[in-house]
Amino acid sequence: MRTILFLIQKEFLQIFRNKGMIPIIFAVPIVQLVIIVHAATFELKNVNLYVVDNDRTTTSRSIIHQFEGSHFFSLSGFSFNYSDGEESLRRNSSDAVLCIPRGFEKKLVEGQSTGFQMVVNAINGSAGGLINGYTVSMVNEFNRGLSSGRANFTLTKPKFIDLTYSFWYNPELNYTTFMVPGILVILVTVISLLLSGMNIVKEKEIGTIEQINVSPIRKYQFITGKLVPTLIIALFELSFGLVIGKIFFNIPLEGNLLLLFLSAFIYILVILGMGLMVSTFANTQQQAMFVSFFFMIVFLLMSGLFTSVENMPQWAQTLNQINPVAHFIRIIRMILLKGSGFQDIQNNLAYLLGLAFLSLSLAIRRYRKTV
Amino acid sequence: MKKFIGFIIKEFHHIFRDNRTLVILFGMPVVQLLLFGYVITNEIKDARIAILDHSKDIVTREITVKLLSSGYFILDRNLSDDSEIHSIFQQGKVKEVIVFEPGFADKLEKTGRAGVQILADASEPNTAKMLVNYTNGILMGYVQSLNRLQTQQVQIQAEVKMQYNPGLKGVFMFVPGIIAMLLTLISALMTSISLTREKELGTMEVLLASPLRPIQIILGKVTPYLLLSFINAMMIILIGHFVFGVPVHGSLILLMSVTMLFILTALSLGILISTITDSQQVAMMLSMVGLMLPTILLSGFIYPIENMPLWLQVICQAMPPKWFIIMIKDIMLKGSGIEYIWKEILVLSLMTLFFIALSIKKFKIRLA
Amino acid sequence: MSETEPVIIVKDLVKKFGSFIANDHLSFEVYKGEIFGFLGANGAGKTTAIRILCGLSSPTSGEIMVAGYNAYNEADKIKKNIGYMSQKFSLYEDLTVTENIRLYGGIYGLSRKEIRSRTAELLEKLEIASVKDTLIRDLPLGWRQKLAFSVAIIHQPGIVFLDEPTGGVDPITRRQFWEMIYVTAHEGITVFVTTHYLDEAEYCDRVTIMTDGKIMALDTPLNLKKQFEVNTINEVFLKLARNT
Repeated sequence: MRTILFLIQKEFLQIFRNKGMIPIIFAVPIVQLVIIVHAATFELKNVNLYVVDNDRTTTSRSIIHQFEGSHFFSLSGFSFNYSDGEESLRRNSSDAVLCIPRGFEKKLVEGQSTGFQMVVNAINGSAGGLINGYTVSMVNEFNRGLSSGRANFTLTKPKFIDLTYSFWYNPELNYTTFMVPGILVILVTVISLLLSGMNIVKEKEIGTIEQINVSPIRKYQFITGKLVPTLIIALFELSFGLVIGKIFFNIPLEGNLLLLFLSAFIYILVILGMGLMVSTFANTQQQAMFVSFFFMIVFLLMSGLFTSVENMPQWAQTLNQINPVAHFIRIIRMILLKGSGFQDIQNNLAYLLGLAFLSLSLAIRRYRKTV
Repeated sequence: MKKFIGFIIKEFHHIFRDNRTLVILFGMPVVQLLLFGYVITNEIKDARIAILDHSKDIVTREITVKLLSSGYFILDRNLSDDSEIHSIFQQGKVKEVIVFEPGFADKLEKTGRAGVQILADASEPNTAKMLVNYTNGILMGYVQSLNRLQTQQVQIQAEVKMQYNPGLKGVFMFVPGIIAMLLTLISALMTSISLTREKELGTMEVLLASPLRPIQIILGKVTPYLLLSFINAMMIILIGHFVFGVPVHGSLILLMSVTMLFILTALSLGILISTITDSQQVAMMLSMVGLMLPTILLSGFIYPIENMPLWLQVICQAMPPKWFIIMIKDIMLKGSGIEYIWKEILVLSLMTLFFIALSIKKFKIRLA
Repeated sequence: MSETEPVIIVKDLVKKFGSFIANDHLSFEVYKGEIFGFLGANGAGKTTAIRILCGLSSPTSGEIMVAGYNAYNEADKIKKNIGYMSQKFSLYEDLTVTENIRLYGGIYGLSRKEIRSRTAELLEKLEIASVKDTLIRDLPLGWRQKLAFSVAIIHQPGIVFLDEPTGGVDPITRRQFWEMIYVTAHEGITVFVTTHYLDEAEYCDRVTIMTDGKIMALDTPLNLKKQFEVNTINEVFLKLARNT
């Protein structure tokens, strides 16, 4: 036990003596929170619309007006020539081109159905879909205006379904409350992975590990000495992130914080075990970091942090059952946002606990062999 | 020159002897493309919903069938009481509950209106919003078809043409992003680490004491990564093209040149980072936070820049991958020529020069 | 010096890496308190042998006893009784002098009080009290090597293994370093040292010359020179090398 304390003391000294490390430990959470929270939104607030009006009539103008009047579209240019519209699409100066053909009003007056064309830059598929949806609803509204103006055409009243929405747990659809817990997960993961595994590889690379191996230190003592400081720093980062989240983004802290920290503790053990595994077969930090990075990207992208897990194909969802990041993101979101209790997360927690045990014991076993 | 070539060859050996890194180096683009192509999607598919039908009549059943046959939703369960809603949301699987008011069909027939309540679990706001939008669309469509049967009216139709990506495929958006990400990873991250490694192990001093000039040392360390990056970028474009059908409309030469330019930018960034620190761990953290995060988040790779707050958009202008991604999209998807992207080329070139100048300055200070 | 008490006994030590034989049937004994030199060119198998003796690597076959313990199943006990200074620099460069001493003292189970007194002793002996709070990386190489040696024997082991301790060090520091080795041996600590500086062999009580994984000669420097009818160990080595 005393030996471990000496080792822990040494690790802390080294971590805090590393000039770049302190700013990183404090700056990373802030930068991540501020940037990711504001950057990560699919919401389309504004579509630059280029208008090509070949009809130049009252009706065409009133359609254009309708688009202009919505919050969603703003006019970025106007022309009588379609190729101008296409050019602006190509130059990225507009997102969509509205083209009203000649004879548009005439047909309408004659009682024929008619239409216009909306050319959308659909490279971003989901944005394209949204623009499509908005366009359709604009047109529906316009049609409704048409039919009410000619109400005598219809014998029965058109039917409506009254829709009321309510968004639970996050009534304003505040993106921040959704992202912050996820970002805290990234934070904890990156710190744990880099500080633990990398640290051992660093000792291998520099050669100091030889001196340790030739001493009577037991492997578990050495590993504990490496893990405890990282664990403390990672938990500190989590608390720090939570405080910042609370102060600056006013994220809800619905559930039991103790439960949250218990879960975080177990999760960090899993990540530490994985970092350790990487360190047992990597000889250079570059190697270790490359391997860690690869798994981290895969885990994070699949975890449902940036895109919802539910939208993934079934095989990916099944695969996600083994992804510790996905489990922890679920846990942290449920505790923070919904105030879920132990019962709601016990399966995730049990899995993480099992994984922590497995990864740590495998890592320690493997670690012995290499020496 | 001979010495210099020998040094490059040594660096190559160094990388190629490391099988694991190589496997990942070439496995990474494949896995990531597959992930993005198939897994990372923000389209709704098979979302679990619950229905609380207080009415249970023909109309509500018809609407339910419409919803479930849309492909967006799967029925997780039917509820019988309001009190159940909270608990199923807490369990976390069901994302939306649809509540039909009692006597739905009757009301619709007699008064012309009836109520539906949509409750969404908005702890994931993007999903919630999309779910509600889709539900809304389906209900509207249903009402429209009811009304169309009864009325004859003049209508305007909008024909929406999806330019550049008619299938609205997510990969079109992601392929350029993945190229940017991998190039940053290999060029900037790996270079910064391999250079700081020499410093950390003290071998940099040995190299500097050798007859090789500092610039040759750096070029020697950097050249293998340049080649690897380039091969990787081409691999992604090939996979994107043949597996996911992402077109290359523009000039291949232009595409390659632009890729080369971005690799140079990333390499110069890597060199810059290595002049700042002696510790591989710090280099990693810096690259991770200073390079990877911006590449993923602030480059328009996943999240469109136009939707960000203005101050963040300003920051995005300083991110090299942002400019690269615009160019790649323009060349590959729009088939644009150099006349459309000269501005971006200029910006990236200036950035590269700036990074190199800064590194040289830092390097000189260190040596002095 | 008593030649009666062997602290290291090696019989037919073989170490193979695949088909490459790094140590080919080595047999020798090292006696308490002597300075035992392990000579050979780079790649002769010196480091492999020393790593096996320290328990850092396991032998393919052969009998090995170190400090009275069997290297196969009592490696832990061996580790308590030996000190080791490796070819690669082994102190933490980002820790200060005292922090390094404290760490290794702690690792070897010294009490806080012992650590304090040993630290003071050491700082005085090496005359480095003025730099006790300096990071190792800011010390000149010679000082670091001397400190590394002192730290390797902080727990007063029975045997200390030095693997190329004077590599890259200037001649003056090398002299001082060997003086430290003498003092250590005088205190009863057996010193097992590998080197490829053949002149250093003259300082050893007995030397072993290795080429290609085999022991070619083992005796006191004086006897070796007599046997090969030459004036320096260097010439002994050249003669041996010519014969193989």
